[in-house]
Amino acid sequence: MTALLSVHGLEAFYGDAQALFGLDFSLSQGEVVAVIGANGAGKSTLLKCLTGLVRAPREAIRFGGEAIGGLPPGQIVRRGLAMVPEGRRLFPSLSVEENLKIGGHAGRRGPWNLQRLYALFPILAEKRRSPATALSGGQQQMVALGRALMSNPQVLLCDELSLGLAPVVIREIYAALPEITREGMTVAIVEQDVTVAQRVSHRVYCLQEGRVSLAGRSDAFTREQISQAYFGV
Amino acid sequence: MLETILQGLLLGGLYTLFALGQSLMFGVMRLTNTAQGDFIILGAFAVIAGTALVGQAPLPVTLAVLPVAFGFGYALQRFVLNGTLGKDPLPSLVVTFGLSIVIQNLLLELFSADPRSIETGGLDTRGLALGGGVSVGVLPLIVLAAALAATAALQWLFARTALGRSFRAVSDDSEIAQLMGLDAKKVYALATAIAFVLIALAGALQGMRTTVSPADGPMLLLFAFEAVIIGGMGSFWGTLAGAMILGITQQIGFRLDPGWGIWAGHLVFLLVLLVRPQGLFPKTVG
Repeated sequence: MTALLSVHGLEAFYGDAQALFGLDFSLSQGEVVAVIGANGAGKSTLLKCLTGLVRAPREAIRFGGEAIGGLPPGQIVRRGLAMVPEGRRLFPSLSVEENLKIGGHAGRRGPWNLQRLYALFPILAEKRRSPATALSGGQQQMVALGRALMSNPQVLLCDELSLGLAPVVIREIYAALPEITREGMTVAIVEQDVTVAQRVSHRVYCLQEGRVSLAGRSDAFTREQISQAYFGV
Repeated sequence: MLETILQGLLLGGLYTLFALGQSLMFGVMRLTNTAQGDFIILGAFAVIAGTALVGQAPLPVTLAVLPVAFGFGYALQRFVLNGTLGKDPLPSLVVTFGLSIVIQNLLLELFSADPRSIETGGLDTRGLALGGGVSVGVLPLIVLAAALAATAALQWLFARTALGRSFRAVSDDSEIAQLMGLDAKKVYALATAIAFVLIALAGALQGMRTTVSPADGPMLLLFAFEAVIIGGMGSFWGTLAGAMILGITQQIGFRLDPGWGIWAGHLVFLLVLLVRPQGLFPKTVG
């Protein structure tokens, strides 16, 4: 199977500090892949490189056969790579519906529109005129997820969907995943909770200090193996 | 007293037009345009030069200057001011301050220091009797109407249109806005383009109402600044209210003693800064 998205030998820097050291990563069409690892392992940096928020060498990232590393974020989202950013980062002066509409700004066609999102998350239809930041954390995460889906991406990247949310809310958010992947959407999730990550994904990557320390089928690893890859002890 | 307040409101209309462009540029990109007043004067001189070229036709010339101002503002933001934006506000302050000096000297070179005005064929002296011995100028009424219309239009643009949504989104979080496919630099350029239409309109009306000379800019900037601060950053109705408060205060000051008008305005401005530094009606834009 050829990869839809492939990352080869990716190195990334914040100023002089190197965050990724020759990282390899790939996503095949229709896969759900989890990226786990401790704080500072480089998970968010990887997603930021993929979406153009952190500079990357052009050839290090290939998407649908084209080298896209270092392109501006707007060009990358138009090619079909959307991200739910860490900490949600909704636009506070926009209503729920306006946040969703701005997600559709990239103008890609596909199955996702306001009606379908409201069917998936009925609470958002009810609160569509509220300022986005007036919602609960879980509802805000639904808006952030919806905002990314509105661009009808081929690949959806989710950075820490469960950050700061109660377990019951996390379950509710992840319950939407099968509906999102129904038409074959490819999804990569960054997740701190290893159990959740293993349960929802086909494959898992574990990062440690900017390198891949473990990669393979999600059900192929024991807790000990993962904890070894996670902490390096 | 009633007449003083009425005159104050009319003056406030003018200050609203001075301030809206400032409020818009600050609201969208946190950019303080210290050349705001000089650009207003430049707008007035553009109309003066235009009327001299084509003979007396202030209205068509003003209407022709507005789209030119739009293009000028777009290009200025795209090729000059975008490069000054960032976490540090100093580069944009220094660059617009420099532009202010350039414009003043350019106008001095081209038009000399003589005060000039835009000939309106007597419109500036026509009055409207309101009964009870009170009468108001027709031109100030037009200015007030333009100010109200411009405020309402900006508020509508921000609250109801896709462009307004883009303005608010890049203002909130430009990184995430770019992740959504918005080009923040283009959005900024459009905001400045619209601000410059308002600046040119303010300049044309100022030139019709009174005389303008190349060194007038900094005073107008001060009034614009005071209106924006009194009203609270980021709200257009707040800017209108701030301009009205400034106008009324100045008129009351003038009434008490002709030397006190401007001074009374500064006093209220300082008072607001002391008591409510965030302004009277602060709000993120929209």
